[in-house]
Amino acid sequence: MSHLLEINNLDVKFDTDEGRITAIDNVSLTLDQGKVLGIVGESGSGKSVTAKSIMQLNPGNTIYNDNAEIIIDDENVLKFRSKHDLKKIRGGKVSMIFQEPMASFAPAIKIGSQMVEQLMLHKPLDKKEARNISIDMLNRVGIADAEKRFNQYAFELSGGMRQRAMIAMALSTMPKLLLADEPTTALDVTIQAQVINLMKDIIKEFNMGVIFITHDLGVIAQVADDVAVMYLGSVVEQGPVNEILKNPMHPYTKGLINALPDINNLDAPLTPIPGNIPSPLDRPAGCVFRTRCPHASQDGKESKVKMGLVEVKPGHWLDRCGVDCGNK
Amino acid sequence: MSENIVSVNNLSVSFDYQENFLSKKQKIKAVNNINIKIKKGSFFGLVGESGSGKTTLGRAILGANKISQGNVIFHDDQRDYDLTSISSKEMKEYRKKAQLIFQDPYAALSPRMTVRDIIAEPLEVMRITSSREETDARVRDIAAKCRLNLEHLRRFPHAFSGGQRQRISIARALVSNPKFIVADESVAALDVSIQADILNLLKQLQHELNLTYLFISHDLSVVAHVCDIVAVMYLGHIVEMAPSRELFANPKHPYTKALLSSIPSIDPENKSKAIELEGEIPSAMNPPSGCVFRTRCPHASADGKEGNIEMGLVEVEPDHWVDRCGVNCG
Repeated sequence: MSHLLEINNLDVKFDTDEGRITAIDNVSLTLDQGKVLGIVGESGSGKSVTAKSIMQLNPGNTIYNDNAEIIIDDENVLKFRSKHDLKKIRGGKVSMIFQEPMASFAPAIKIGSQMVEQLMLHKPLDKKEARNISIDMLNRVGIADAEKRFNQYAFELSGGMRQRAMIAMALSTMPKLLLADEPTTALDVTIQAQVINLMKDIIKEFNMGVIFITHDLGVIAQVADDVAVMYLGSVVEQGPVNEILKNPMHPYTKGLINALPDINNLDAPLTPIPGNIPSPLDRPAGCVFRTRCPHASQDGKESKVKMGLVEVKPGHWLDRCGVDCGNK
Repeated sequence: MSENIVSVNNLSVSFDYQENFLSKKQKIKAVNNINIKIKKGSFFGLVGESGSGKTTLGRAILGANKISQGNVIFHDDQRDYDLTSISSKEMKEYRKKAQLIFQDPYAALSPRMTVRDIIAEPLEVMRITSSREETDARVRDIAAKCRLNLEHLRRFPHAFSGGQRQRISIARALVSNPKFIVADESVAALDVSIQADILNLLKQLQHELNLTYLFISHDLSVVAHVCDIVAVMYLGHIVEMAPSRELFANPKHPYTKALLSSIPSIDPENKSKAIELEGEIPSAMNPPSGCVFRTRCPHASADGKEGNIEMGLVEVEPDHWVDRCGVNCG
């Protein structure tokens, strides 16, 4: 069976004044219809850049490698250049939900007009049909009084409501693939719980594939089927969410889980991962995690390791360097 | 000598609000009739969602917001400072004793000053030290306590990561030797692997320097881990207050219960059971009458009798305080 989305050997570099920065290093991921792939990592780990590459939304100084492939429906969307082609992946087959819903809506245009505008770009609809679909979508994401909200501006809606409207807008074109970039991070916990439940229902109802990006392992545990843990542009561990969170093997994944305050075990000490996330300008050679790894050797031999995932158990992939040190 | 360092009595803070220049001025009560006592040496947690008034309360205790009703008293060793009747000269004294750590370490540090100058600024502004040598010695001392290297002092903030910047902010807050610190969402902007490091540092400094914290956060798991006593705020009111362990093991108010159940569990098999609250926090401009939580409360009665209940904390178990309305429905 072919996958809904296949990312092969993706490298992303940015040309900046300070030099060429590696944002993504050899990332390969697959996603099937109806599944949720969680990407978890800290700031600078490249999770957003990965998602934006799918829609080619990275800035103009981005350099992709030649042999990278992002395949949706047997087409390498990374090679799309014409407006007509790009439209297919920007809002057509693929939609995106962003972290800050206030920043994603135009402030001076009514919510409804924005929804209708993008819907008519992608579907052969007249204004009235587009309006009906939009209001129906707003209803489905649990916005009360949808007709009234349709004619309001983003600032008139509360944070949770805006995020619901954003989800409604992203889903109105019936995408096959939804990219959700930290969709609940800016929300209060009680509202976050509402939005997570809503997203779970919608994912089931629309049977689409979802890439869910977050730094919050708790959110990942609740929504994702599979998870990829990223650190400084590389995937260091990947597999079914149950397996990865219950049986983490990479020292970074373990460190992340131990650093998390657990409300059910208040006696457990908080264990930070030592050191700081290196600047992408001096990305460590070899194993990217070695500068903070508790198992790193004195002689620095990890700097000569070539990174790459190895299947240690069926479905459980682990970076080569982490295979050895995970056993220590 | 009191065993408390801060007493807040019937404190209310309101802001004037005018929709446009023609409309009538309205009062918004951001903090409503709050009573808390913060014990010396405690780690006092204040949790709540956005708009609950936790920052306003913290700022009022520091004298940065005008107090509309009630009072705030800071108990120093020799004397008390009453913030409602404090003179500007006394205020300068008070500023040395009570300091604030901000949320965003990227916004809080001037990009044009070296780390040494950033940390030294409070000493110079408050005229605590008399010579450059003395200032430098104090800066070096506090920097070492906050685990900054001496070579860091010559650099500018852009050279540092989020966690290091937050350590610089902490050093600046502590350089005047304060006794009381308000930490307002001080780890919210940090990555999890760094957050634990800053929390451990705050704990360690508390013991070394005999500090008392008011720790403001929206993150219940963080608060549960570091705080001794926790107050939960909703729409300007404290709805529940108890020693940390008691509160998390035995929450009584329906809002506290909902908050706790909303934390997504890291165990994938433990899906579920978030008590989903209807709607969102109402606007402070137009708060519900009576129990402020009743519009979202799963136990609210159909006849709306909660609209007539006056809010106020009741001690249900030793040191465990719950809002009157929440006692029954819990």
